[in-house]
This record gives sequence, structure tokens and C-alpha cells, in this order.
Amino acid sequence: MATFNFELVSPERVLFSGAVDAVVLPASEGDMTVLSGHAPMMTTLKTGFLVITSNPGNGRRVLVRGGFADINQNGLTVLAERALPAEELTQEILDKEILQAEMAYDATNDPAAKHAAESAIAQLREAKAALNY
Amino acid sequence: MPSLKDLRNRIASVKATQKITKAMQMVAAAKLRRAQTAAEAARPYAERMAVVLGNLASGITVGPETPRLLAGTGADQVHLLIVCTAERGLCGAFNSSIARLARDHANRLLAEGKTVKIICVGKKGHDILRRQFGQHIIELIDLRSVRQIGFEQGDMIAQKVLGLFEAGEFDVATLFYSRFRSVIAQIPTAQQIIPAQIETTGASSDAVYEYEPEEGEILATLLPRNLTVQIFRALLENAASEQGARMSAMDNATRNAGEMIKKQTQTYNRSRQAMITKELIEIISGAEAL
Repeated sequence: MATFNFELVSPERVLFSGAVDAVVLPASEGDMTVLSGHAPMMTTLKTGFLVITSNPGNGRRVLVRGGFADINQNGLTVLAERALPAEELTQEILDKEILQAEMAYDATNDPAAKHAAESAIAQLREAKAALNY
Repeated sequence: MPSLKDLRNRIASVKATQKITKAMQMVAAAKLRRAQTAAEAARPYAERMAVVLGNLASGITVGPETPRLLAGTGADQVHLLIVCTAERGLCGAFNSSIARLARDHANRLLAEGKTVKIICVGKKGHDILRRQFGQHIIELIDLRSVRQIGFEQGDMIAQKVLGLFEAGEFDVATLFYSRFRSVIAQIPTAQQIIPAQIETTGASSDAVYEYEPEEGEILATLLPRNLTVQIFRALLENAASEQGARMSAMDNATRNAGEMIKKQTQTYNRSRQAMITKELIEIISGAEAL
């Protein structure tokens, strides 16, 4: 399978850099999978899991909260506002994230921002449920 | 002529000071390593952000639709200076060189008849600028309680600046901080952040991009985030520079104290010998007189 270059960068560090087969992005207008040779594209991200597949049947999951994906001929670059690998996720971190999202929800009156915060809370709750099995 | 006891006291006090400066130097060295890795880890994000923004902006023609963060308000009457300094002193010329750069800038603007507003991040810069620009300072942001600078702090400052911008409080914002080049070289830098300065890369603009959601919408969310990233990066660079400056300042101080101790000890020994010789002469001449 053809691979392409993928970089996942958060403000604090570079989380992933290397060749991958496929990446599933939680794009703001619906999840999308990026494969090699994808047309140049730029999209914003919502809160959700980003799945990196470097060889078939082996996925790494990273929880991202907002950010951008830039797909061009050099590969895919994801600038995540916050990114937490699934291995590092714990109950407390998720609780804190949910609290933050709820505070953001309460703080705005803008319907678009309210909607974004609402979906972020739903995603985080889902993630928490997934962690509990 | 100081007495022997005076000299002894003086040597002891310089030695105590030397111990403190030595300890401070070592603490700064340890903190520097941490601050430096943090600053270097944050670089890729800021660089990619600039590239993405450059790609995006090169495809856009400035018009009435363009977000004001990119195009500006069309005026440059009111300037906001965001001056980032340290919370603590004893780090050589670090704080004063940033403050001097900001002061020169402010003076030049005032001479041109512009209005100047200042936000101070860090107590030391506020202390220096207060004397001359007391009435221009609109806010002091205190980061003393923050041990490790995180993205939240950058975001907090960026939100404040954005709030002011949206309220029409200023037209142009400039960020003052110290760029970390090496332990001995920190470069005070002025960077204009609103309207955003974007280097457009002509090379990749020929590719046809798809945008999801609309181009303008992406730009509208990307620009505030870019502001946060720039401020965050400035804070990290500043933190590394501060520790670097403190380390070299304390290294100098330790060396100076060492030299002082050497000199004082020599004077002490000389006057002690002189005293012994004097006493001996007194005894001998007394015995001879008999």
C-alpha cells in the first residue's frame, strides 16, 4: 500500500512524524479518511479521535480537540490545538477536558460556538465511555 | 586603614554572596535546559502554522471581506505594545533591554502623534516602564504563579488582546520579547502581530486547494489561533532567554566575587604581616635600648 508523510503537531510537541498508510480525521464537517495521493485540501477539525494506520489492522488513536489539517503534495500536516494519545488518556484528564468544554459552553452566547462546545462535550463523553469498556 | 577584623568580616560577606550567586547560576542552568527544550518543542507548530497560513493567504486577495486580523483596520492611529519580560530580576540586562526597545518604539510613536497603549506581561517590565509611561499602561499580566508556561497562558493573553481588538481599542499590535539564540545571546525583538505579518510562499500557491468549510471561515478561525501561537512562542522564548541571561549574569557575579575575595585576602595577609613586623621591631628596639 502506498504510504504518505504524516505529521501531527500540538503546540507543546510533535506527536507523530513519519510515513503512514491512512489517517482518519475528525473533520468539522464529518470524519474523513486520507490516503496517499489525496487532493490538496484544508479543513478544520472538531473534537474526536484521529486514527493513524501505519500498517493494516494496526491503528493508533489520538484524541484531538480542535485544529487544522493541511493536505498537500508533501503529505498531511495536522495542527491540533490539543492532542492526547489514547495510551495517555485517563479518567481524570477526560473529566477535566469535559469540565473545560462545559465552561466554554456556558461562557458563550454565540450559537455556532455553543454548538461546537456541545459536540465537543458529546465526543468527550463518548471517549470516556469507550475507556470504561 | 581597616582593621584586621573589618577585613575578615568583609571577606566572609563576599564569600556568602558568592555562594548565593553560584547556587543561582546552577538553578538557572537546570531551568534553562527545561525552558530550552520547551521552546524548541514549540517551534515546529509555529513554523507549520506560518506555512499553512502563508498557503492560505497567498490565495486570497485583500478586500472588504478579508478578516480584519489580516487586513488591519485601515488606520494606524492607536498602537498596542505587548511587552513580555521576566517576573524576577538578577538576570543581567535581560529586562532592561526589552524595556528599552519598547520605550524607543513608544517614544517614536508618540513623537509621530500616535496613541500608545501598553500591556505588560511580567512585573519587571512594568516596573521599568511605569516611570515614563504610567498613564499608557492599561494592564499588567502577572505570570508569577505559573511554574511552567503552557498553551493556556498564551491563549489567555491572546483572548485579552482579541477582546480589545474587537472592541476597536487599537489598530496595530506589536509584541516585544527576547528571542533565544544561545545561552550568551538573547536578541530583544519587536514583532507585529496585528495585522498579521505573513510571508507568502509563491511556490505552493499554484496547487488548487479544496476548503472545508469555506476559505474565509477557515481563515477566520486560523488567524486568532495564529495570534495565540505567536504569543505562546514569545513567552517560551522569553522564558528560555531569561534563564540564559540569568545564568551568564550569575556566572559573571561568581567570578567577580572570586576576584574580590582574592584581593581582600591579600590585603588581609599584608596588613597582618605588617602588624607582626611592627611588633617585632618594637620588641627588638626595646631590648637594644637597654
